[in-house]
Amino acid sequence: MGIDRRKFLTIAGLTAASVIGRKALGDSLSVAPESNLLPEENRLIGHRWAMVVDLRKCKEQHNCTKCIDACNAVHNIPQFDNPKDEVKWIWKEHFKEAFPNQEKEYILEGLLETPITVMCNHCDNPPCVRVCPTQATWKREDGIVMMDMHRCIGCRYCVAACPYGSRSFNWRDPRPFIKEINKDYPTRTRGVVEKCNFCAERLARGQMPACVEACEEKALIFGDLEDPDSEVRALLRENFAIRRKPNLGTNPEVYYIV
Amino acid sequence: MLEKALVGDKKYWTWVGFLLVVIGIGFIAYLRQLANGLTVTGLSRDVTWGFYIAQFTFLVGVAASAVMVVLPYYLHNYKAFGKLTILGEFVAISSVIMCMLFIFVDMGQPFRIMNVILHPTPNSLMFWDMFVLSGYLVLNVLISRITLDSERKGIAPPGWIKPIILLSIPWAISIHTVTAFLYSGLAARAFWMTAVLAPRFLASAFASGPALLILIVFVIRKYTRFDPGKEPVQKLAEIVTYAMAFNIFLILMEVFTVLYSSIPEHIEHFQFLFLGLHGNNTLVPWMWTSVILAILALILLINPKTRRNESVLGVACVAVFASIWIDKGLGMVVTGFTPSPLGAVTKYWPTWNELLIAIGVYAIGFLMVTVFYKITLSLRGEISAPAKIEEKARVGSTV
Repeated sequence: MGIDRRKFLTIAGLTAASVIGRKALGDSLSVAPESNLLPEENRLIGHRWAMVVDLRKCKEQHNCTKCIDACNAVHNIPQFDNPKDEVKWIWKEHFKEAFPNQEKEYILEGLLETPITVMCNHCDNPPCVRVCPTQATWKREDGIVMMDMHRCIGCRYCVAACPYGSRSFNWRDPRPFIKEINKDYPTRTRGVVEKCNFCAERLARGQMPACVEACEEKALIFGDLEDPDSEVRALLRENFAIRRKPNLGTNPEVYYIV
Repeated sequence: MLEKALVGDKKYWTWVGFLLVVIGIGFIAYLRQLANGLTVTGLSRDVTWGFYIAQFTFLVGVAASAVMVVLPYYLHNYKAFGKLTILGEFVAISSVIMCMLFIFVDMGQPFRIMNVILHPTPNSLMFWDMFVLSGYLVLNVLISRITLDSERKGIAPPGWIKPIILLSIPWAISIHTVTAFLYSGLAARAFWMTAVLAPRFLASAFASGPALLILIVFVIRKYTRFDPGKEPVQKLAEIVTYAMAFNIFLILMEVFTVLYSSIPEHIEHFQFLFLGLHGNNTLVPWMWTSVILAILALILLINPKTRRNESVLGVACVAVFASIWIDKGLGMVVTGFTPSPLGAVTKYWPTWNELLIAIGVYAIGFLMVTVFYKITLSLRGEISAPAKIEEKARVGSTV
């Protein structure tokens, strides 16, 4: 044969070295500044982002869906005719479904009929992050529970683990079902999980979450829980608020003023 | 050794050909799923795991059950299982591969499967499940390969394989325990969140696996000269009896805890299983069939007279296997999702596409078992049909 073992090993070694070398070089080259990927100067910084939903104001504005519409438009959320394929980031639930362990008889009369705005709770102790086998879902330092749709293998273990039904899976290609594509936010592919991200991309540009901005009644209030002077802290100080399924120890960071 | 699988009579090739056709159909169905996404299944936002994951869970049990022949033979030197251990190991290998295939076909992004290895995540039980399953596969491939090779050469297996065989015993327990942890660690799903799930899984595995092995013995005894004798079959039947009794006991523990404590979100799942919930009673007839089969099996197995009668034992084994398959392969997974954590009761039933893929995966498993058994029995010279032997014997006696 034309190639002996020594020659083979030499060629193999050189090939490996060139691959590693090129990779190292490539990595150093890719550090070139791409300013549009970096957070902007005026970005909003929080230590523990949280949302307060003022159900009293929601109640006054029956069936108002401005927050949901805004979120759908900004995040290219597909609208399927078949509920089986549904993708939801922020939506409305009946009180007894949103708060199954809450005392309801007689005590909260009037609230029971109010549709409750629900979304991902961005839990402090998120079960979805715990179970993900690829770290495709993780918690940021400011508490936002994020999804990496490029990392996700679509096993849906996080969907099974979430006690709030806050995660959606792309059963089919979502792109043909997006009414109007917002070019500022990526569309997704089928086979991955997605959910509300507290508008992390907007916070990075110094903007409030889309749902908060869309709510003229100011029923949705977003802010930093660790800042004692924040609006969310003031609201929680002055009002009685509940959280969803507190008994599970997930520490949801969406508060509901009843 | 593989060449032994390439020679066979017409019956063998008809069976292999049939399996290949079924696998082909399953593969076409999978291509359809690949092209359209998991929307071709009956799964939905509320019921996100279904038939595939249920088959995975069931087959982990079948795989783990090999320990029920390996343990008595190697740990207690129970010689009667000598001829059966390798058959049990081959069932284990085929089951583990089917498990992996079922996970694969359930993935939304199957081509990203390497992410589980590229980004190892020790806090996810899925990582550990992958670890124990592939470890178990490696162990069993190694053990069967080495022992079969020694058998072919007519020598004793090398000494170093013994500790590996012993390691495969706790490892078998681990695959089903970790699979149970996959479910029982989820606070969101009351139906699964029970400490008794892992023991329940093991008890049902040690009943269904040996029951399957008894049935396999009956089948190959009919078509080949293989016969391990009556004793090991009876011993396996005893194992099935104890395991099935314990399995039923554990289910009753579960039912008591849930019904007597009467916490709504725990009870609702059982209502869905046995009575139907908000008009969704898809599983009710199945679950009652499972209950009846379990009771029937237990009666036939506990009574020594019926257990010792091999044709009655065959019926009992079919009943055990079917009962546990319904319990795990249909009931376990879907019920965890019904009702959903938000109380939604969504109907789920596998679509044709889903079923064809699942049947295709099972056909791959059957094909593997067939080929492995063919090789083993050819090596032992046990392949020719009993009818021919009788004929030979008769000719011999007249001469």
